[in-house]
Amino acid sequence: MTTLTYAEASRLALQQEMARDPLVWALGEDLGPEGGVAGQYRGLQQMFGSRRVVDTPISENAIMGAAVGAAVCGTRPVAELRFADFGLCAADELVNQAAKIRYMFNGQARVPLVARQAIGFRQGIAAQHSQSTEAFWVHIPGLVVVAPATPADNHALLKAAIRCDDPVVYLEHKELWQLTGEVDAEAPPAELGVAERLRTGRDLTLVTWSRMRHVCADAAETLAAEGIGADLFDLRTLWPWDRGAIFASVRRTGRLLVAHEAVRIAGLGAEIVASVTESLFGELKAPPARLGGPRAPTPFSKPLEDLHRISAADVAEAARRLVRG
Amino acid sequence: MLPESRTTGIVRLRTMRLIRAFETAAAAAWHAGKVRGSVHESTGQEAVATGIGAALRRDDWLASNHRGHGHAIAKGADPRAMMLELFGKAGGTCGGKGGSMHIADFSAGMLGANGVVGDGVTLALGAAHAIGLRGEDRIACAMFGDGAMNRGPLLEAMNWAAATRVPLLFVCEDNAWSATTRTRDVTAGPGAVARAEAFGLRAVSVDGNDLATVETAARELVEAVRSSGEPAFLHCRTWRWRGHYAPDKALYRDEAEQAARVTEDPIARWEAHLRAAGITEAELAAIAAQAEADIARWVAEAEAAPYPALRAAFTDVQDLGPPEELARHAA
Repeated sequence: MTTLTYAEASRLALQQEMARDPLVWALGEDLGPEGGVAGQYRGLQQMFGSRRVVDTPISENAIMGAAVGAAVCGTRPVAELRFADFGLCAADELVNQAAKIRYMFNGQARVPLVARQAIGFRQGIAAQHSQSTEAFWVHIPGLVVVAPATPADNHALLKAAIRCDDPVVYLEHKELWQLTGEVDAEAPPAELGVAERLRTGRDLTLVTWSRMRHVCADAAETLAAEGIGADLFDLRTLWPWDRGAIFASVRRTGRLLVAHEAVRIAGLGAEIVASVTESLFGELKAPPARLGGPRAPTPFSKPLEDLHRISAADVAEAARRLVRG
Repeated sequence: MLPESRTTGIVRLRTMRLIRAFETAAAAAWHAGKVRGSVHESTGQEAVATGIGAALRRDDWLASNHRGHGHAIAKGADPRAMMLELFGKAGGTCGGKGGSMHIADFSAGMLGANGVVGDGVTLALGAAHAIGLRGEDRIACAMFGDGAMNRGPLLEAMNWAAATRVPLLFVCEDNAWSATTRTRDVTAGPGAVARAEAFGLRAVSVDGNDLATVETAARELVEAVRSSGEPAFLHCRTWRWRGHYAPDKALYRDEAEQAARVTEDPIARWEAHLRAAGITEAELAAIAAQAEADIARWVAEAEAAPYPALRAAFTDVQDLGPPEELARHAA
């Protein structure tokens, strides 16, 4: 075990995968001397050369399109798009090409690429740099969607994403880059589609992912002190999300709360709540609930941005209402 | 005339005749209600597809566009399977799941037609990177129209390919039309070649209705791209004989101009070359008749062929998290 930041953990994973497979390569803006926007590529170009860590022009359409073309021609590109907001510049290539080629061409080709694009707030970078777009990608058939919340997961999940034969939208979180944690450098790739259960509780099932994992863990701590037990899950993979684990938990607790940073309206929480309600309606003790951001662009000013954030107090309060009625 | 054998000349004519017969039959089947969706005919542009296809190796990668039937045939895709695909039948190039706009045949190096103007070009850019990474001596080729010259992804790809030096041949098949709008009316500057040269690309413009000219230029550029590993740009001036797609009667066209441009028929011009080389009228007629008979037979086979198994509607979406309906139809 070694202590690494979330950024360093992903860098280690990419380094290990590039050493293991000469067809793994990375492309994007500022990867070489700069080492990526958070240092997550630092030193890799010196290590593997400029053919395998490619500095590109600021051309998101071409970054994503080139990743698709290179993937169908037998390589495993990791396309860096910096921020999820800029991932939208490449949405055409990701949605119309990457997600559909295997299907449209009847399985003649796979598209084993990773589209890395960090989501979420980062202390005042405002409306065009703060979005959490995961529900949009989950909606697109053909894509796998992954959102790591810890250094260990950003190591094991990135390895898994690179080895996955489906196109993976890989959503790191901007406020987690400097988070430190224990990482087993020899850890195998994580199994995609498997949630992590952070704590067990019998009163409600609390589902979250990405940065909100840490907020929800704080809330669950508070709730435990009050005698409310939260069965807390970090989904880690958002498509396919771990229905088995969540359904089994809701069968035990009879209550579901989903909390995410993304806009609440038509967010992924709505899908999880709907799925649970359709399948487990008779076993529910209370209407499932979801917490998410307001349907408004993210403001710049700190007190305004803070209003958009779901706090541990918000999560705890929603849980209390769910359990105590 | 190319400095090649009589046999090569006949093979090229066969390819052009097959493309024309394919397009004519595809449009007729669409009008008869037997083919659904979109059919974009490339009639009149056969020399571009054929010349490029002849200059490329089978293992070179070609990314095409929505008007891609000719490109696929010239690259070596099986026209019988392509016709099955147009009819949405089992055995089609893509099992009936793609249709006209999504015909791909990876076994022939054909990376796919494309429903989004300009997107095939960035795919070819990625193919060129893969070639470098894998240490292969293939090249990548992107075929696109003059309309695509105004799309961002193409402009991004031209800059990138020139800046990073990858083995990619850009082929602009300039048929003068951006769907139903005259390209010159919506395009600034002196043209495609000037744009390519502004990015530092070696660019050549040819009469795209003369097969010998297209093939000679294409061979030279393909060889240059292959040996140098650097990109190049070929501009082929041609004319779209039909509307943008099957239902388009092209009433926006100037009839006098249309009448003048179809006299530049690339097939008639190639036949004139072949006549001069001693090939007889009877031989030329036999090649045309054979192409039409083959296409007619494949149309009949496609009409009679079964539809794909219904479960195909849900297969090959993704390994992880496939559609829930798949379980229902798996049996």
